[in-house]
Amino acid sequence: MSDIAVHTSGSGPIERIYATLRRVPTIILWLIVIVWSLPSLSVFINSWRTRDAQRSRAWWTTKPDEFTLDNYESIFNSTTSGGLGNSLLNSMAISLPATIIPISIAAFAAYGFAWIDFKGRKGLFIAVVSLLAIPLQVALIPLLQLYVNGAHLTLPWLDKTITIIPDFNLVNTTTAVWLTHTGFAMPFAIFLLHNYISSLPRDVFEAARIDGADHFTIFWRLVLPLSVPVLAAFAIFQFLWTWNDYLIANTMAGTNPDAIPTTILIANLAGDFGMNEHLLPAAAFVQAFVPLVVFFSLQRYFVRGILAGSVKG
Amino acid sequence: MATVSLENVNKVYDNGFQAIHDLSLDINDGEFLVLVGPSGCGKSTALRMIAGLEQITSGEMRIGDRVVNEVEPKDRDIAMVFQNYALYPHMTVFDNIGFALKLAKVPKEEIEQRVRRAAEILELTTYLDRKPGQLSGGQRQRVAMGRAIVRQPAAFLMDEPLSNLDAKLRVQMRAEIASLQRNLGVTTFYVTHDQVEAMTMGDRVAVIKDGVLQQVDTPQNLYDRPENVFVAAFIGSPSMNLYEGRIGVSGDRITATIGSQTVTLSDAVAAKRPALRGYDGRQVIVGIRPEDFEDVEFAPDTPADQRLSAPVRLIEALGSEIMVHFTLDATTVDSGDPDAVEERHGDDQANAVGRFNPRSRVRAGDSISIAVATENMHFFDADSRLSIWS
Repeated sequence: MSDIAVHTSGSGPIERIYATLRRVPTIILWLIVIVWSLPSLSVFINSWRTRDAQRSRAWWTTKPDEFTLDNYESIFNSTTSGGLGNSLLNSMAISLPATIIPISIAAFAAYGFAWIDFKGRKGLFIAVVSLLAIPLQVALIPLLQLYVNGAHLTLPWLDKTITIIPDFNLVNTTTAVWLTHTGFAMPFAIFLLHNYISSLPRDVFEAARIDGADHFTIFWRLVLPLSVPVLAAFAIFQFLWTWNDYLIANTMAGTNPDAIPTTILIANLAGDFGMNEHLLPAAAFVQAFVPLVVFFSLQRYFVRGILAGSVKG
Repeated sequence: MATVSLENVNKVYDNGFQAIHDLSLDINDGEFLVLVGPSGCGKSTALRMIAGLEQITSGEMRIGDRVVNEVEPKDRDIAMVFQNYALYPHMTVFDNIGFALKLAKVPKEEIEQRVRRAAEILELTTYLDRKPGQLSGGQRQRVAMGRAIVRQPAAFLMDEPLSNLDAKLRVQMRAEIASLQRNLGVTTFYVTHDQVEAMTMGDRVAVIKDGVLQQVDTPQNLYDRPENVFVAAFIGSPSMNLYEGRIGVSGDRITATIGSQTVTLSDAVAAKRPALRGYDGRQVIVGIRPEDFEDVEFAPDTPADQRLSAPVRLIEALGSEIMVHFTLDATTVDSGDPDAVEERHGDDQANAVGRFNPRSRVRAGDSISIAVATENMHFFDADSRLSIWS
């Protein structure tokens, strides 16, 4: 404390150094913003340039008369892997359930963990949250086997096989993709929503209990409306992540043109030996457009939700 | 409307802490009972047990004729007003007040009618479409009241409902709540740490300390006849001056020695407290209320042996009265109130507060003569700390 007082009250060289140092974080932040924005800018500009232009000169030397719509025309007219429109619909068919379903389940779970007193609550919560540490890559093959072959248990001496999960044969469907996303989203969703929901004022719930509300009423009439910021924040997170996912979609549905999302289509667009590489910037931009719309329409909640979940208040 | 009664109620928390010891309390039908005590004394726990928000460890709790030990809060037919109002922030005032009725599946027209009536009583009609965030503290407080009265419950439970309001509003709401309760005639259990609220609002006041009930009585009786040192010091502001003293009896004459000075007690004391005679030569705790000290100039008839002389330390002029802080060479007694501000000025330098006539011309630093209204002095047993009566 006394050190700070010395630096701010004096007007000598130390103070000038201190004033300069105080500007450093802002400068660094601006640098990060610029460095991280440049690739996006280059993709955006390149998406309007011909293959030759992209390959011969750098994007920052572009003149306005070079711009062309050809790349966009090509990707929308391409029939590779079922076409772009079809893949965008697939992306939606994956991202929407993969966003809505975990939120609905996690909100109930978070309320239970936060406000319903039951035996083993703490242990169960720790178990759920510690699942965050499990990398999803290790589960890809077992999950795939589960989707294809189901789960069967053969009892050793009786020679009897019991089916626990039937052979749904979900491989190469969008269902397999969003089911996986749903499962892996759950620990983080419960963790985030629990942080928020448990910080809601206890008195309000007690008042509701006296007013005659049971747990379901409290959840439906109080917790959900009061948790809109954190629900929206998580929805954005989850939507962006599932929309941009490549790995899970490729593993679960990578070979079915009727089920692949845009991310895989873009990769396929490049073609053999990258002969259509020049289409990638335009396709990437189309793919990025949807999350941008989602983000900017909900960003108010996004910022608020992150703050509300971690820092109380 | 109903009585509320607690019989030997105990509350022990999981960590072994006993918040309530053998609490027995009866709240009569339509009565306004205030439970008052210093912070952490278990008063909120008591209220929450009546509400059903806390389990009772042992004992019996009845609302009306029904034992409610195991009854859910919503089925106890009570309404509660919380310290920080606990309004539903996303609902309008109308929905806040009508929430309980809606959950009870009361017909829409009746909800409308009852909410409007409650809003009229509380002068909230123009705010019914607003949300709590758009209301001032006093208005929120009224919405919380509205939520309670609209249900027409058997009892109101109020947990320090005024403590979040500023001083001026608190005085106003104090009167409003008290008169509202009188008009509605609903049994009310009110918890506060503010003895002024307790005295002004309650039909009866229960004083509690460390989970143990100290005394239940009307405000005036509590003030005039405190049963022990704690109640004596807790009720009244500024609090009663308490010193170690010694009783002397010779014939009809009883004297009390405080520090190096001795006063002769008037005959009224002996009549009121016959047991005091048995304390000849024994140590007691002497209590004197500030208003029982007076500038001798304004009590010229006081005999010389009912006066104390002391140097004045500090003067607080309040217009209607003067608070005179003076120093006695006695030992103060700790009343056991954890919220009390400890004033220490070295050994045998006990601080005393007197409430003098505003025309008094005493100055800080003066050495003055102080008249003591000995008939109003209080005496407590030094060991049991109970009041000495008969």
